[in-house]
Amino acid sequence: MAIAELTWLPDLINRIEKKSVREAYGNALVSVGQDRNVVVLDADLSTSTHTAMFQKKYPERFFNVGISENNMMGVASGLSWTGKKVFASSFAVFATGRAYDFIRQSICYANSDVRIVASHSGLTVGEDGATHQMLEDIGLMSGLPNMKVIVPADAYETEQVVKYIYENRGPFYVRISREKVPVIDGLPEFKFGKAQTIVDGEDVSILATGILVSAAKIAASYLKSKGISARVLNVSTIKPIDRDAIIKAARETGRIVTAEEHSIYNGLGSRVCETVAEGYPARVERVGVEDVFGESGKSWELMDKYGLNPLGIVKKVEKLMRVTS
Amino acid sequence: MQGSVEIPQLEGIAREVRKMIVEMTYEAKSGHPGGSLSATEILTYLYFKEMNIDPARPDWPDRDRFVLSKGHATPVLYSVLALRGFFDKSLLHGYRKINSLLQGHAVNHVPGVDITAGSLGQGLSNAIGLALAARLDGRNYRVFAMIGDGESDEGSIWEAALFAAHQKVSNLIVFLDRNMIQLDGFTEEILSLGDLESKFRAFGWSAITINGHSFQDIERAMEWAKHAEGPKMIVARTVKGKGVKYMENNPEYHGKPPPSEEKLKEAIRDIEGS
Repeated sequence: MAIAELTWLPDLINRIEKKSVREAYGNALVSVGQDRNVVVLDADLSTSTHTAMFQKKYPERFFNVGISENNMMGVASGLSWTGKKVFASSFAVFATGRAYDFIRQSICYANSDVRIVASHSGLTVGEDGATHQMLEDIGLMSGLPNMKVIVPADAYETEQVVKYIYENRGPFYVRISREKVPVIDGLPEFKFGKAQTIVDGEDVSILATGILVSAAKIAASYLKSKGISARVLNVSTIKPIDRDAIIKAARETGRIVTAEEHSIYNGLGSRVCETVAEGYPARVERVGVEDVFGESGKSWELMDKYGLNPLGIVKKVEKLMRVTS
Repeated sequence: MQGSVEIPQLEGIAREVRKMIVEMTYEAKSGHPGGSLSATEILTYLYFKEMNIDPARPDWPDRDRFVLSKGHATPVLYSVLALRGFFDKSLLHGYRKINSLLQGHAVNHVPGVDITAGSLGQGLSNAIGLALAARLDGRNYRVFAMIGDGESDEGSIWEAALFAAHQKVSNLIVFLDRNMIQLDGFTEEILSLGDLESKFRAFGWSAITINGHSFQDIERAMEWAKHAEGPKMIVARTVKGKGVKYMENNPEYHGKPPPSEEKLKEAIRDIEGS
């Protein structure tokens, strides 16, 4: 594998099988919607989040609140206190940033049975640019007591996650993407709260979440060709974080690289650093957006520009190997 | 189960509630008497006469709901709930103290409290959610809510107002405690709210204005609500601090209890003499 094959463009991303996580969400909603207690809310983005698929099938249990995310979260809370299993969707920036105080009080402090499923997270919103590219939502949601935070790795895991959050009591925050996401071969069945090893290795552990799990796998196979044995974990549950798996990785490989389509602050990377600092010291490098806003561009161009690709991960691994050998 | 209490008895209960409000905030050395005293007749009427509730079954699915969106007015809510038998009156001594059930702002694990509130502008949306669920489930309960006039500065109140009208949420009956005062001073000096009845009507609600301290007016409003269409707004003209002369129309007592035992006694004398 050549180093040029470690960026998404011009060729890599086109060779990979990708599948829409938003459509997976819409399909899964229709499936769990057989339960008459499921109610879905959206804030004028239903054709983008694909909650419109639910609306088509169950119009009486779908409410479009218009462009009013605060009201949506408040109504979601009220519905939940009558025994409804409520899903509320919008883009990640509006669902979490705009509505933060409503989520904090009406959903988390009240401990309401609400599931927020937000699409259009991260840089892969693409052309719409920084206003719409939410890079802080994992941090915002993880800081709230009672909230559980999940980032599915691909469309298949998204379907499993929707089923899981339907069957279990909220509040949940689930983060998905606008862009079609690479399908991960052989991804183990979703287990809430578990970071699962998808590639075994001894020299370094790459802990990735969401759209960057595929990048971590590609990075690991490149590293293998260079004689570096990299373990890859899919960390789909960010909160509660799988402390045991992280400490095991720290103990067994001594080096950790995290990868997420989120700010390097307050996301997976931060959680991993806290965990190893308290549990078993290991050197950590973080792949993420480094305290800047995004910009307009094509999704995968942006991912390359900001180093959210296999190359970005490989560089961090190589740095770790240098400083720790 | 609706109460069968008549208006002269309600006057007596309201006096008792007012005494509890000043005593509770005095004991806590903290809390919000002003907006509790302005809301006293309305909550007394709802809990003792109007609402279909059963204190022995606070989670009864068919009960009428009440949402105190202006969540700082817990002294009046806790007093009414205790008097109505939702929990023991002795719990009121814990109000705002550590390790107590009765938090400064209402939390929904208190028996009889339907919705957690505190940060303003959220309760109206919560109430709409509760009301929509009745429609989905084919239940006949009503949802009552109280919002503040100062609270109506929040944009989310108007998001909720649009949504309730659009959804024709007819089992929603909201009181707006129009006491003309918010924390920093008089509402019309801080951010003019103007004619709130007309504003809500323009948003698609049925709306009337009443004297919020008159049980006869409240009773007539409930009669009106039976026939009015869509979501219903009852703008209740009230006096902040009502019943305690030195608190009346005094912004200082938005969030300040009687400052001394002497002032507490004065407050109770005022209430008993009213």
